[in-house]
Amino acid sequence: MTDTLNIATSNVGEAPETSRSDWQSDQEVRWCPGCGDYSVLTAIQLLLPELGVRRENTVFISGIGCAARFPYYMDTYGVHTIHGRSPAFATGLAMARPDLDIWVIGGDGDMLSIGGNHLIHALRRNINLNILLINNQIYGLTKGQYSPTSEKGKVTKSSPVGATPRPFNPVSVALGAEASFVARTHDMDRRHMQEVFRRAYQHDGAAFVEVYQNCNVFNDGAFGEITKKAARDDMLIDLHHGEQIRFGSESEKGVARLDGGVQIVDVADVGEEAILVHDETKPDPSTAFSLSRLAEGPHSPTPIGVFRACNRDEYGRAVAEQIAEVTASRGKGDLASLLRSQPTWEV
Amino acid sequence: MTDTAAPPDALPVDKVIVRFAGDSGDGMQLTGDRFTSASALFGNDLATLPEYPAEIRAPAGTLAGVSAFQVQISDHDIMTPGDAPDVLVAMNPAALKSDLHMLVPGGTLIVNADAFEERNLAKAGYEQNPLEGSDLDAYRLITAPMTSLTKEVCKDLGVKPRDAERSKNFFALGLVSWMYSRPTEPTMEWIDAKFAGRDLIIAANKAAYNAGHAFGETAELGHQRVVVPAAPQQPGTYTNINGNTALAWGLVAAGELSGLPVFLGSYPITPATDILHELSKHKSFGVTTFQAEDEIAAVGSALGASYGGYLGVTTTSGPGVALKSETISLAVSLELPLVIVDIQRGGPSTGLPTKTEAADLLMAMYGRHGEAPLPIVASRTPADCFDVAIEAARIALTYNTPVILLSDGYLANGSEPWRLPEVDSLTPIPVEFATEFNHTDADGEPEFWPFLRDENLVRPLALPGTPNLMHRIGGIEKQDGSGNVSYSTENHAHMVAVRSERIAAIEVPDVEVVGHPEADVLVLGWGSTWGAITGGVRRLTNAGYKVAQVHLTHLNPFPKNLGEVLARHKKVLVPEMNLGHLARMVRAEYLVDAQAIGKVTGQPFTAGEIEQVALGALDD
Repeated sequence: MTDTLNIATSNVGEAPETSRSDWQSDQEVRWCPGCGDYSVLTAIQLLLPELGVRRENTVFISGIGCAARFPYYMDTYGVHTIHGRSPAFATGLAMARPDLDIWVIGGDGDMLSIGGNHLIHALRRNINLNILLINNQIYGLTKGQYSPTSEKGKVTKSSPVGATPRPFNPVSVALGAEASFVARTHDMDRRHMQEVFRRAYQHDGAAFVEVYQNCNVFNDGAFGEITKKAARDDMLIDLHHGEQIRFGSESEKGVARLDGGVQIVDVADVGEEAILVHDETKPDPSTAFSLSRLAEGPHSPTPIGVFRACNRDEYGRAVAEQIAEVTASRGKGDLASLLRSQPTWEV
Repeated sequence: MTDTAAPPDALPVDKVIVRFAGDSGDGMQLTGDRFTSASALFGNDLATLPEYPAEIRAPAGTLAGVSAFQVQISDHDIMTPGDAPDVLVAMNPAALKSDLHMLVPGGTLIVNADAFEERNLAKAGYEQNPLEGSDLDAYRLITAPMTSLTKEVCKDLGVKPRDAERSKNFFALGLVSWMYSRPTEPTMEWIDAKFAGRDLIIAANKAAYNAGHAFGETAELGHQRVVVPAAPQQPGTYTNINGNTALAWGLVAAGELSGLPVFLGSYPITPATDILHELSKHKSFGVTTFQAEDEIAAVGSALGASYGGYLGVTTTSGPGVALKSETISLAVSLELPLVIVDIQRGGPSTGLPTKTEAADLLMAMYGRHGEAPLPIVASRTPADCFDVAIEAARIALTYNTPVILLSDGYLANGSEPWRLPEVDSLTPIPVEFATEFNHTDADGEPEFWPFLRDENLVRPLALPGTPNLMHRIGGIEKQDGSGNVSYSTENHAHMVAVRSERIAAIEVPDVEVVGHPEADVLVLGWGSTWGAITGGVRRLTNAGYKVAQVHLTHLNPFPKNLGEVLARHKKVLVPEMNLGHLARMVRAEYLVDAQAIGKVTGQPFTAGEIEQVALGALDD
């Protein structure tokens, strides 16, 4: 942006210290009592003061759905757009204003059904957005229809004898789009959420985070088998870069390469050295994709944490660089010259 | 103007209409474009009509594959590419078959005789070679073996016969240029520049052009060579411009005039794509172009950029507007500036993508859910697209609203000489963003209300990044003033009324009546019909009839004096390239008995058609 432009640019330099309450808007939060969205909101409102960012430089963009009410509750800039289109709106904003921290929040219907196209293209381009997909495997705002992540056979109001299609695995979709940052967390562990959101914020480019979230009204307990405290040791495989992928109360289980993919093994059976060491920076997304396929649904040991975090050109900056390069080589555009750039004649 | 003087024996004529027609692969658009450029540099007034098939390469030699370019050049101010061509160049039998009916009786017909062989004749549906019978006796027929003569002159240059054949359109151009005393230099210079580094192609094209020119000179054509003298024009610097280029430049200018960088979110669609191409070239003006994954993302990204302080623009055609309509409604609700450009084409659905129509007016006006009014402007000539693009941006940025700009395929691809405006004469578009609190809460604390309106009912825009003014906006109904979510039924009724009033109150200039102010018959138009209506009304006025004309740039809101003007005339005729959109709008608004004159053949009105319709109304 040049100095001749009318638009303000954000403040730079050290941000003033803030606390959780500074990030809370004066609007009453209106999710159902017990909804998992409350804990996501809390995690964000606790994390942002730690990041040392400015409220005025922070924007929350959402589409339609329960989770999409998020921006109204943040004392930042925010736009509640239309169903599925938040990544498109946010892409334009991010290209126009690389100085902003932009968070995009939506549910599984918003981002994987009506807005699936925008999501995969935002990830493909690697535009600088923090995208939180709040997955509760149900349409909540419309009161309980099966969603693109609902399991096959799910009985809902619109599938009284069971949903027939196979669900999307959001992490697999994001990796398939070659997102440069892909992670998963869940609403029962605020600390884990905060750490994953922090990593997403720090990532340069599009960061995709799937959040398993409980809809206690229309799909209660969908993730209970893996997220309740007593089950976590055996059912959650917490990925850490550079460390062996192991889980179980005694770390007795792990993930090893087998038959061209990865499988869950007993460490005692295969030996410590056979256990896969997690490398989130691998340019080739194949291993991360294999990890995303370990669990068909939240009923068996499921990886969480950062699947992939690698460096790729950030789209908005690449576009801005082209503009800067052309301007540097040709000089700032001159309207009078533009009008005379085709053959002219004098009368 | 070049130094190429017309030969002294050339007969001056006031205008001529030439139509180049051939196969899609024959280079007719380029040929027409070169003839046009040479004429523009010669000082003629002109108007063009390119017509090409929707298929990139329709089967060669078939009627479906015919591509044509019509241009009228004159020594006076003209409005249209002409009613019927005086000269038809037919490069193959299919072109003859599809376009001969347009040629004026006694007109000049130039054909490439080499192309009239059995296979091509069959493909065009001719059982006998029309060049051999008496079917063409009504015309001045010039048969030239263009392909073989071009190959012959290229032989010594070392050009392969296949490459040489591709240059035959330059033979046609050379021949017609000789007949109408067009200057040669501009075309030679253009060939040098266009094919720089490809010397054989340059040599072949020049040789073909010269061979065509020489053919005119040496063959016993039995034709008087004519010249169309330069038209008197206002002093100034001129360029030949088509509508899409003018529109793109207008958007660049709007960015400069407002001090805002332009963001174009677009998805390729005929006939709007050239605006995306053109704006992509102008990065040095800070223009960002984004080729989105679909029409919806194109408008969504543009709205996001507007929210960030850019001049957000999306360009498309009718099917794209349909896809964008939900986001346009969001822009109405958010009250953010946005320019939506619709280069109309024949519909519905894919319709006739390369043919012109103007049947999106009612979609622009009403094609959204809920009560979602927005301003609409329309361009009337290719060059006017520049001014109207600035006007659309002015309204969008002054009133914080989405604006739809309607152009069409005829304006997009047609061209005319344009007297370049002085950049200093263009009116700046002042834009001010909020930086301060504008309200005090119950506890006496200062706060920012994003929907606290000014006297024009316009809300303040505080850009993200502005300290202290953090606020949330969204598609859910907002409390007027605070902008907080509100489900109050009274507030919703109030907001619907405010959104309607604020658009209705937008200031637009009054209409001007052209022609006789007390005429019984008024011809009301909008968009690209301006040229034909002006031409038709002028003919009648010159013949002593009392006819008047009004042409609208602003279709919503209407100019304040329009109702009073319409009431002054007994009959109101509304020629439109649809089945009566504007006619319906003025009937509803003013209770006038406006008569719709529709044309939906994919081709613009001719001045003659307007003349006849108005004459009929005068006779009633």
